[in-house]
Amino acid sequence: MQHTSTQDTLVGLFVAAGIAGLFFLALQVSNLGSFSESESYKISANFENSGGLKVKSPVSVAGVKIGQVSSISLDTTTHQSVVEMSIDKRYDKLPDDTSASIFTAGLLGEQYVNLEPGGSEEFLKDKSKLEITQSAIILEQAIGKFLFKSAEEKK
Amino acid sequence: MIELLQRLGANTRASFTKLGRATNFLLLAVIGVLSVLPRPHLLVNQLYSVGVLSFLIITISGLFVGMVLGLQGYYVLSDFGAEGRLGFMVAASLVRELGPVVSALLFAGRAGSALTAEIGLMKATEQLSGMEMMAIDPIKRIISPRLLAGLISMPLLAALFSTVGVVGGQIVGIGLLGVDNGAFWSQMQADLDFQDDILNGVIKSIVFGFVATWIALFEGYDAIPTSEGVSRATTRTVVNSAFSILGLDFILTALMFGEN
Repeated sequence: MQHTSTQDTLVGLFVAAGIAGLFFLALQVSNLGSFSESESYKISANFENSGGLKVKSPVSVAGVKIGQVSSISLDTTTHQSVVEMSIDKRYDKLPDDTSASIFTAGLLGEQYVNLEPGGSEEFLKDKSKLEITQSAIILEQAIGKFLFKSAEEKK
Repeated sequence: MIELLQRLGANTRASFTKLGRATNFLLLAVIGVLSVLPRPHLLVNQLYSVGVLSFLIITISGLFVGMVLGLQGYYVLSDFGAEGRLGFMVAASLVRELGPVVSALLFAGRAGSALTAEIGLMKATEQLSGMEMMAIDPIKRIISPRLLAGLISMPLLAALFSTVGVVGGQIVGIGLLGVDNGAFWSQMQADLDFQDDILNGVIKSIVFGFVATWIALFEGYDAIPTSEGVSRATTRTVVNSAFSILGLDFILTALMFGEN
């Protein structure tokens, strides 16, 4: 095949279009544009039971997403679940008596961490630990308790 | 009975010999890539015939696949009142699976078969032996630029396929079926991860491009140099590429998305 400058142009256009496509996918379709790990600080909290919480589950205050769960591990001495969260740098004015609870979005939705700010004058810093936590509500346990209670009442 | 066993053994041995030849061929072609780099016009030529000429079929197919995903997804999701998830569904299925796989299948049919036929005919008309007579290594001159071009084109084509597909899904979902524009894009962005979804899709398409081009080039180079031999080799290219792409897709998906 003869090599021409039109061919060069077309190949250039093709490569440019392909790279533009990759950029579109990275910035418009995925979460790359919205949240970056570098501009965040980490806080952690111990839960009796973290239920169906997963890494990358959202962390929100008053319904606004301010960060995500970065790791979940088990504390081997207390047998509690240690949930580490990365919070966007913009939200660095959270009081240090903020409490964390695990909620479910809708009846069947995914679980997320909800932070309830307290009234303290001190703010949470990198690697702070939240003291007041409330575990995930496990639906099976709640139903079990309810059934048990209604059986008790019938006696 | 003995004859049957003999034939089975001979066939098995022949297929292993072929695999060995293919591996040997691949090694030579990969080494030959080094000698393509000082001569970029060879590569540009092949990028044109492998990539640019596949552009139209890939983008049009991508558009229609995205539109169909939009329609079908809407019918299922609207039963649960979850039309807002349509954007995520369309984008996730395109980026993770359909983009790399369908564009690789189209690539094998459009560019792979052409490569096999071209090289098979070069062999049949003794152009390859002619090059050897002139002390030009046909692998370095013919095969390596095509391998590199396939490797570069495939991820770009797959990215274009997914991009156009998302736009197609948007046209049907938002334009035709009235899904909310904000929910379509925001749910897509919230749940698709750059590393887990987009990069893994790109890795898949690079692997598929490599394998499809390898098969196409080897079948052409290994073809029996008659018109019938070339036609058989072209058929084998498309069939073997399709098998390898789909099989590899299963393995890669299990490796990449298995642990979640």
